[in-house]
Amino acid sequence: MAIKLAPETFDAVRSHAAREYPNECCGVLLGRVEGGTREILEAVPLPNLRAAPGGGEDVLPLESPGLESERNRFLIDPRDQLRVEKDARARGLEVLGYYHSHPDHPARPSIYDRDHAWPWYAYIIVSVQRGEPQELACWVLAADRSRFEPEPVETVNR
Amino acid sequence: MAVKVVIPTPLRQYTEKRESVEIPARTVGEALAALTAQYADLRKHLFSSDGTLRSFVNVYVNDEDIRFLQKEQTPVTEKDIISIVPSIAGGLPLRCVCS
Repeated sequence: MAIKLAPETFDAVRSHAAREYPNECCGVLLGRVEGGTREILEAVPLPNLRAAPGGGEDVLPLESPGLESERNRFLIDPRDQLRVEKDARARGLEVLGYYHSHPDHPARPSIYDRDHAWPWYAYIIVSVQRGEPQELACWVLAADRSRFEPEPVETVNR
Repeated sequence: MAVKVVIPTPLRQYTEKRESVEIPARTVGEALAALTAQYADLRKHLFSSDGTLRSFVNVYVNDEDIRFLQKEQTPVTEKDIISIVPSIAGGLPLRCVCS
């Protein structure tokens, strides 16, 4: 399913990633599905729960305590998801996916990303090198969960 | 007495595209059991092979996480809304974090 992204949404994701560097940023992508195309109309920045006191251990336990932090992990607070989704529905939008940054790392999903991914959602990853946002790529989990498949992103003016 | 269960987008492919399902149940556990009996393909996405809820799955009754209520024994009435909220998490390969 092709992904369309407005230039201002593209810029919003990249600047959020730069702002949070060297930490990972995260947020939700809202929009509409039109035929076979997902049109992403808004990127809503959300706090990285791994940076909060307690690190979100009660929501999703860490796999390698001591090695994981907001520098290399992100976790979205499910209460934020509920709130954003409710607000989006009231405005006729739906959650099409999520975005996060890879500080000093390419915009390619890790095995950890894959293991935690859900089908159908569009996952946008933006690379940030030394604080400067770089390439952005979109990925969708394959039906058998074995890998992510790249999804071309088209930036369109609305 | 039926309780409403809200299905997240990635799992609607297993519920005939329905955004929510009304299920007769007195507890969250009963609702999820009936839901996965009705839509069998949903089961492996919500439960581990040992029958416990997967750690990547959050279940809310209204605005409360059932982990902080009575977990799957949390009672529900027809006024309640059960939301299945997928955990959204990710990150970098650990081997790259060396400094």
